[in-house]
Amino acid sequence: MTTTTTTTTSTPPVTPPVVPPVNKADEEEFYTWTGKARGWLLKKLPPEKLLPQDQPSYVASWIYVFGMGAIAALVVIIVSGIVLSFNGPLWWHQSSLGHFVNSTHLWSVELFFVFMVVHLWGKYWMTAWRGGRILTWITGVVAFAVSIVAGFTGYLLQTNFASQWIAFEGKDALNAAGIGAWFNVANLGQIFMWHIVLLPLAVGVVVALHVVLVRMHGVVSPADATMTDSQLRDAPALDAAAGKGN
Amino acid sequence: MAKKVLSESEQIARRPWKGSLREYDLFKEGTIAVIIVTALTLVLAGVIGSPDEPSITLQSWAKAQPNDFVATATTELAGTSETAGYGPPYNNTQGATQTVGPLDLQSLSGVRIPIDTAKDLVITPLSTMPSVPSGVSEWNGASAADQTAWATAYSDALAAAPNNDPAQVATGEYGPVPGITHALLGMAASGALDGVLQAKDSFYNLDYTPTILLLGDGAYFGDLATAQHLTGDQWGMMNETGNYPGQSWLWLFSLFYQIEPFKSAGNADLLVVGVMGVLTLLLALVPFIPGLRTIPRWIPLQRLVWKDYYKKR
Amino acid sequence: MHGLALLAAGSEPGIYLGWGPFVIQLGNFVVIVVMLVLFVLALVLPFTKGKTRK
Repeated sequence: MTTTTTTTTSTPPVTPPVVPPVNKADEEEFYTWTGKARGWLLKKLPPEKLLPQDQPSYVASWIYVFGMGAIAALVVIIVSGIVLSFNGPLWWHQSSLGHFVNSTHLWSVELFFVFMVVHLWGKYWMTAWRGGRILTWITGVVAFAVSIVAGFTGYLLQTNFASQWIAFEGKDALNAAGIGAWFNVANLGQIFMWHIVLLPLAVGVVVALHVVLVRMHGVVSPADATMTDSQLRDAPALDAAAGKGN
Repeated sequence: MAKKVLSESEQIARRPWKGSLREYDLFKEGTIAVIIVTALTLVLAGVIGSPDEPSITLQSWAKAQPNDFVATATTELAGTSETAGYGPPYNNTQGATQTVGPLDLQSLSGVRIPIDTAKDLVITPLSTMPSVPSGVSEWNGASAADQTAWATAYSDALAAAPNNDPAQVATGEYGPVPGITHALLGMAASGALDGVLQAKDSFYNLDYTPTILLLGDGAYFGDLATAQHLTGDQWGMMNETGNYPGQSWLWLFSLFYQIEPFKSAGNADLLVVGVMGVLTLLLALVPFIPGLRTIPRWIPLQRLVWKDYYKKR
Repeated sequence: MHGLALLAAGSEPGIYLGWGPFVIQLGNFVVIVVMLVLFVLALVLPFTKGKTRK
């Protein structure tokens, strides 16, 4: 005779709360667009790289302030431009305060280009594109070119003799290049919107990209740096895979 | 394929820096920079200011240089003005476009901003007057051949007259042209032409193309610009009126217009734009250009930048 | 400074410096010279800022 022993009925297994599986490197797994975006951003530009408290010790020259100077000038350009926007493009002819604000807009632009050009010269002589920083260089040149176009449209908006003449002359270069029909420098309405909306956005995006790239790659090391330098002595031995490249 | 041997410095440049550090405050430096630049800007703006050369109008032109105005109006009727012979985007004129060999970018858009100089700049504005000058209907009823003959003859006569004074032209077959141009002068002097060319059929109009083109066809506008060193062969592109700095970053662009072969080329604009486009591209690609990218090694200014580092290594 | 203001102001044509085909307006000339001077100074001036860590 067999007796069936009934074990105490167990409660149905409890489903544990859903927890993202953890892999052995103790990294969160990303399963949504948002999560994946976060993971990618954190990998490319972790917070300590984006907003560091330290810099390599070789960043010790006044040449390094000009990039920041250009950005500071850009801030003043935008702020003075915003003040001008409150009252429109004719305000500065009618009000001495308006004229003063216009002057600040002009001079912040001059300073912007001064700092940007010195920054460019510095980066060239430092061969700052080394170590995979080619995109940083390229975005910098693009920022330069877009800024020139933005400045040009600004000069067209002076609504005085200079802007009349610049429109008259400028049309020839654009027409010769075949784009004058779509970018009409004599059309104040069009140029106005390019100057206060499209081009500032473009400059902002390119400059932001450029700065992010600098933060991602770090400031380029000295052109003649060697592994035996005292500043690197305590550093873990770099992978001596000469020839393998990255 | 031979493996590329990376120099030590390139290897170091590629890796995140693991060496000694300096304290560095990004936000503090940014704040200081903004404060300094703002202060500089306020001082420069306060002390030097910015130029504001008042704009000219068709009215101020008509009053200042009536003879030049009449002569220009005549060329618009004759179709011999710069605008009339410009080609796209304003009109279709054979051989007018700037080309380099088979490359003709100017024709790309076609006539997208059509300007019929006789109609749009002279006849139509006059037709809006409360009492339309009688010459207008005579002009409209005439054949194209007659129109051209009258206007061209009058244009030549004005050029030959002392001081280009319409009152002193030789007698000739000019049809209604003298009357029409004189009426247009009056319309301009009263200020009505500025308004009519601007407003055209709509109340709101921010497009100044016809007025700018008409101004440019005359000598008055260009002479004023020459006096201010703003023309192409005066490095004008980078200049502002007075002593105010202009767009000094356009120095290279301006430079080309001062030298041959650009200086006397009919397609100078296309050539200069092309050259500048190529040079800008080259600047962007400097890291790839052998020689150009090596100059900083031959002239090692970088040793000044990192002199501290090299001293302590 | 007052002289600077006088120099810059006004609707009279500005001061132009020329050497052959090269004619440059005073304002632009000053801007370019300032850039060159800043560049040279940035390279040669001693840099004394920031504490070293590590």
